[in-house]
Amino acid sequence: MTNSLWGRLDDVAGDAGYDDHPPRMGFFTDTSVCIGCKACEVACKEWNQVPDDGYLLTGMSYDNTGALGASTWRHVAFVEKSLDVSTVDLGLPAMGPPEGQGQATESGDNGIRWLMSSDVCKHCTHAACLDVCPTGALFRTEFGTVVVQPDVCNGCGYCVPACPYGVIDQRKEDGRVFKCTLCYDRLKDGETPACAQACPTESIQYGEVSELRQRAANRVHELHEKGVDVARLYGADPDDGVGGDGAFFLLLDEPEVYGLPPDPVVTTRDLGSMWRHVGAAAATLVGIGVASFVGRRR
Amino acid sequence: MREQSMVPEPEFESYYGRQILKTPTWKTPDVPLYLFLGGMAGGSALLAEGAALSYRPDLERVARLAAAGGAAAGTVALVHDLGRPERFLNMLRVLKPTSPLSVGSFILAPFSALSGAAALSNLTGRLPRLGRLAGAGAAVFAGPLATYTAALVGNTAVPAWHEAYRELPFVFAGSGATAAGGLAMVFTPVAQAGPARRMAVGGAALEIAAAEVLLTRVGMVAEPYQQGRPGRLMRTARALTAVAAGATALAGHRSRTVSVLSGAACVTASVLTRFGVFEAGIASARDPKYVVVPQRERLRQRQAAEAH
Repeated sequence: MTNSLWGRLDDVAGDAGYDDHPPRMGFFTDTSVCIGCKACEVACKEWNQVPDDGYLLTGMSYDNTGALGASTWRHVAFVEKSLDVSTVDLGLPAMGPPEGQGQATESGDNGIRWLMSSDVCKHCTHAACLDVCPTGALFRTEFGTVVVQPDVCNGCGYCVPACPYGVIDQRKEDGRVFKCTLCYDRLKDGETPACAQACPTESIQYGEVSELRQRAANRVHELHEKGVDVARLYGADPDDGVGGDGAFFLLLDEPEVYGLPPDPVVTTRDLGSMWRHVGAAAATLVGIGVASFVGRRR
Repeated sequence: MREQSMVPEPEFESYYGRQILKTPTWKTPDVPLYLFLGGMAGGSALLAEGAALSYRPDLERVARLAAAGGAAAGTVALVHDLGRPERFLNMLRVLKPTSPLSVGSFILAPFSALSGAAALSNLTGRLPRLGRLAGAGAAVFAGPLATYTAALVGNTAVPAWHEAYRELPFVFAGSGATAAGGLAMVFTPVAQAGPARRMAVGGAALEIAAAEVLLTRVGMVAEPYQQGRPGRLMRTARALTAVAAGATALAGHRSRTVSVLSGAACVTASVLTRFGVFEAGIASARDPKYVVVPQRERLRQRQAAEAH
């Protein structure tokens, strides 16, 4: 049970009970080369037969998808920021990427910075959705990914508020919850997940997590060498609050700018303390009950 | 009152102001009502056992019915809340200590069966020994039934629930005792309702104290408990609890009218507390502020500690 709930865990599939299993597979999404084409969103929908999630225009940017959800398993975030407004934390323009490098561009007339990032389920090492699922519908695959079994899920919805990233959600008309499966069916056949396959710039890279972490470290080093000091990894650290993500990112700004929590921690870190407090409170209630009957005879 | 926070709004960045967490899909009134019913049923099962041991037949009958009725209605509310109600038995497919909902199902199921059997035996007069045994069995599950729901909401990423996981079990234990005592006061003659009054007053004191500690300890995440609709619910609940407990202690043993009114107020206050806690959690999940600002602060402190 070492670190089953929280902390560093190097063999996540082994911890889940697989004696013999393939290496842990995942995504490294390098947002510095994302062009916001949304091919990943389309490929995911097509392959997984995910129903439409509405045809609404958000009116806030080129992002009309909005957020990850039950019927949105890849979501391309478009961050449009006018450079005139306060960008104190970034120190722009001194720290901006060199001309022609990366994706951040300054158009001549009004100075807009664009950041694009394809978000996805993080397939956490310590997955709160899986831990809180009361039916066992959510399970850890032999690839170390986290998948919902639609024939078991009874739509209790516990996983929805448990996810620190706000990924998994319920399809109202269906009642059950849905999220990215990291194309479990394709993985079983040795294929690349649909989104990574469709990505034209290799912003979404699929592979063994250990190898991807190395690749990510090299890439961020390379960007720093080129003066892109704002490049940073998100979810790649196996010592972070969720034990590292199976799907992690290279970002060019703070995580919250992309709609990601800056320091997510899996709720089960506090599970032991939670049950102890519940036990003490239950004993207190019994104590109140007993005390109500002792003493006065009225 | 504390409608407005005295500290200035913290500055933080977000993705077009959109929420980061998903809003819990748990329905209202199903889930907050279940939180109340579980507490009320748990407290009532304890009252019923005490009443049986101390020979207070009227109190015993009321408490047995409250325990069984609360558990049955709570089960209905929980099943109704499911996206696929016909699959409710999947709840008993596995037992997972990491899922308070799974553990809770294994508390609620035996509690419902045992308290139902005890109530049935009490009503019909049949199999009295087995009925008493069932009642004692229900009492074993009573404490956990009333308090596990705090772990249920606490074991999420919802800031107002998770950060309050230490205090919420005690708020819920107190609220459950207040409700059980109050309900018994309404339906039991004053001469037999002494333990119900003491349980209501004890529960009220615990609930108010635990809620106060909660607000002072959880930092900015206390805001959802103090502002807007959940804030109004929590303040009304606290005031009603205090007034009802005061009236119970002063005149509950003298007047049936006071007993009925303050008992009903106790039950209402307990309902309001559960809706307040539930809605505070929803509000905190909807606002990215309660995710970003505390996490930023945590990062800042960690970085400061590492720098030293």
